[in-house]
Amino acid sequence: MTAPSADVVVLGGGNAGLCAALAARQRGATVVVIERAPKAFRGGNSRHTRNLRSMHDAPTDLLVDAYSEDEFVTDLLRVTGGKTNEALARRVVRESANCPAWMRSFGARLQPPLRGTLHLDRTNVFFLGGGKALMNSYYAAAARMGIAVRYDAEVTALEVVDGGIRSVTIRQGHEESTIAGKAFVLAAGGFESNLDWLKDIWGEAADNFIIRGTPYNTGTVLRLMLDAGAQPVGDPSQFHAVAIDARAPKFDGGIVTRLDCVSLGIVVNRHGQRFYDEGEDFWPKRYAIWGRLVAQQPGQIAYSIIDARSASLFMPSVFPPMAANSIPELARQLNLSPEALQQTVDVFNRSVSRGSFNHAVLDDCRTTGLTPDKTHWARPIDTPPFWGYPLRPGITFTYLGLKVDERARVLMTNGEPAANVYAAGEIMAGNVLGQGYVAGVGMTIGTVFGRIAGAEAGARVSP
Amino acid sequence: MTVCNACRYCEAYCPVFQAMENRTAFAKGDILYLSNLCHNCGECLYACQYAPPHEFGIDVPRVLAEARLESYEEFCWPAFMSGAFRRGGTLLSLALAVSSMVLLLGLVRSSDAKSDFYAVIPHDVMVGLFGAVGLLIVVALTVGFRRATMSFRGPSSSVASGFSRTAVGDALTLRHLHTAGEDCTSDVETRTPWRRYFHHCTFYGFALCFASTSVAAVYHVVFGWTAPYAFASAPVILGTVGGLGLVIGPLGLLAVRQQRDPALGDPRQAGLDVSFIVMLLMTSITGLLLLALRGTAAMSALLVVHLGFVLGLFLTLPYGKFVHGLYRTAALLRFRTEVSR
Repeated sequence: MTAPSADVVVLGGGNAGLCAALAARQRGATVVVIERAPKAFRGGNSRHTRNLRSMHDAPTDLLVDAYSEDEFVTDLLRVTGGKTNEALARRVVRESANCPAWMRSFGARLQPPLRGTLHLDRTNVFFLGGGKALMNSYYAAAARMGIAVRYDAEVTALEVVDGGIRSVTIRQGHEESTIAGKAFVLAAGGFESNLDWLKDIWGEAADNFIIRGTPYNTGTVLRLMLDAGAQPVGDPSQFHAVAIDARAPKFDGGIVTRLDCVSLGIVVNRHGQRFYDEGEDFWPKRYAIWGRLVAQQPGQIAYSIIDARSASLFMPSVFPPMAANSIPELARQLNLSPEALQQTVDVFNRSVSRGSFNHAVLDDCRTTGLTPDKTHWARPIDTPPFWGYPLRPGITFTYLGLKVDERARVLMTNGEPAANVYAAGEIMAGNVLGQGYVAGVGMTIGTVFGRIAGAEAGARVSP
Repeated sequence: MTVCNACRYCEAYCPVFQAMENRTAFAKGDILYLSNLCHNCGECLYACQYAPPHEFGIDVPRVLAEARLESYEEFCWPAFMSGAFRRGGTLLSLALAVSSMVLLLGLVRSSDAKSDFYAVIPHDVMVGLFGAVGLLIVVALTVGFRRATMSFRGPSSSVASGFSRTAVGDALTLRHLHTAGEDCTSDVETRTPWRRYFHHCTFYGFALCFASTSVAAVYHVVFGWTAPYAFASAPVILGTVGGLGLVIGPLGLLAVRQQRDPALGDPRQAGLDVSFIVMLLMTSITGLLLLALRGTAAMSALLVVHLGFVLGLFLTLPYGKFVHGLYRTAALLRFRTEVSR
């Protein structure tokens, strides 16, 4: 069956997709958004976000001081280790300056940083109520502007002819329909929720990964486009992962499953052995490396062990800690060998040299003679009750994407841009963010490239 | 609450979340406190990534609505009346009003005295009856307010809630229904100011009616000017404007209520909400009718009906939705005390 066509068809109803839809509609194009999720779960991973990184040369109503173009670009170069297209990165950074005003023009409500995130008060604007509230504002704007949204709609095929897309086939329930369009914006995210795909890369270990966000990012559109001859970008085997509470749901656990206590105690694997310097560096750097570290341990599990002195020094997490008055008792609760854990703790405690503990700086509390040593914030774990949290890798997003040019056009393997295909958001974020992550940059890439893709698509179809 | 405290995305919406973050454990008093800080706007439900159908199923407005009912029962004086909050309903309130009418009917002196209320029911009888009921209400509400204040303070806090002009302002302006610069939600994608406007009509209408009666009492006692007063007199103007507010406000609130997302409330409290609104509405309508027809033969009957509704309303004040205003004020006072510390 053939559904009514639209000038611009947007695949994906997250931040990038909605920005593209709004920008295209603003240029007079008729727009339909194809969203894989039901209405209650619309918005992709954007529903779990909370801020956007934005450059500015002077203080604004939301951000203090200045965050210059060069500083933002430098931050990107640092976290990606140079794995970025600098021209695209610079475009994202420049246009991030006017994102807040543009967002507000569509009803987005912004606020200064939340408590406990003051280190971001210069760089990131926060969404009042978080990303789901932002998505609600965008969907409300879309409804006012006459943008059609198809929920629960899974893309099953793309009709690619002469270097462009002619139509998309979607399935809603048992019903398939084909929607023709003059231009297509691909904003359907990465493939982190596709467990089979993850297994192809990571083998059985993937069974123990937890997906922090939406279960609907299955990478279907990415795969279809790559098969149709689009150029890939980003390492196909890599993902961004943090260590989260192992009791988190398989999907969609979001922010509340994070654990911020790693640096306060020790982390052991299922043999009760330490395996990495817990005090190497501050959040968020250590936050981002621990996902991979845990993924490399046997059974993809680890345990963060702290004592009563550290209990109030980190953000509460949603799951209560396993608590016990002795290390062996705690070990039994965590299904670890009591002897092994006791020995690890004893050896650790003996290696701690006295210093003045200060969690706000890289302090001088460290161990000596251990492999590995803990280089900061090391204090003996000796004050009951002892707390333990099980950790697993929590995958945030994948890096593999579609290569695009500065106009968000999807590049094909012959080096030419596809005639009428644009990409925005996580599906092309790998162009800018080849590895690593810096808070709020995903939403910046999605907003900037969503606007570019929508504007280009809209300009193409409306005379 | 654990999910909320680990997430904190809603922090800037309203004091509920700021107060929540100041606590790591939640005793019963804390929950009752938070529940009365909540203005039940709905922003946090629609913004919540963990709202149903998510498996965490977080619905803060409903949980706090349920806790509010508990707080009404908890602070109620005398305690044996606390069941009224669960059983209370429109029919019961109306029955109370009708009983009051029957009682009043027994006190009627003359039924054909045009324009002279006290010829129908003598002034002293009115003062005696309403004075006694008024005293009961004042005692019950004072005890309730005090219990709320003590409970919100909690056993561990050394600081008592003090008076705060800001907090009173918060209560009188319903500031937290539009803190974020926009009005609260009535649905996931729409915001309207109507709930706030109608609440203002109701509250200030009630206040004006109360002022009207107070002025009339001063006229009577101090100056010896007896009712009925002229249409241009202070009591009549106050009463008329207030009465109109008390018609528009409750009607509007009933209409807004019809359109609200059921997920925002506690379905068990429908009777509690509606009965209070209906009693306010009946009081104002009969009051305005009495004013309009006070020169006709219908006056004495209308007077009995109106006073019946007033008495019924008064008797249900400490055991109905009216108490939310007191407890909310107590919670706002507590919040300002915490914030300024």
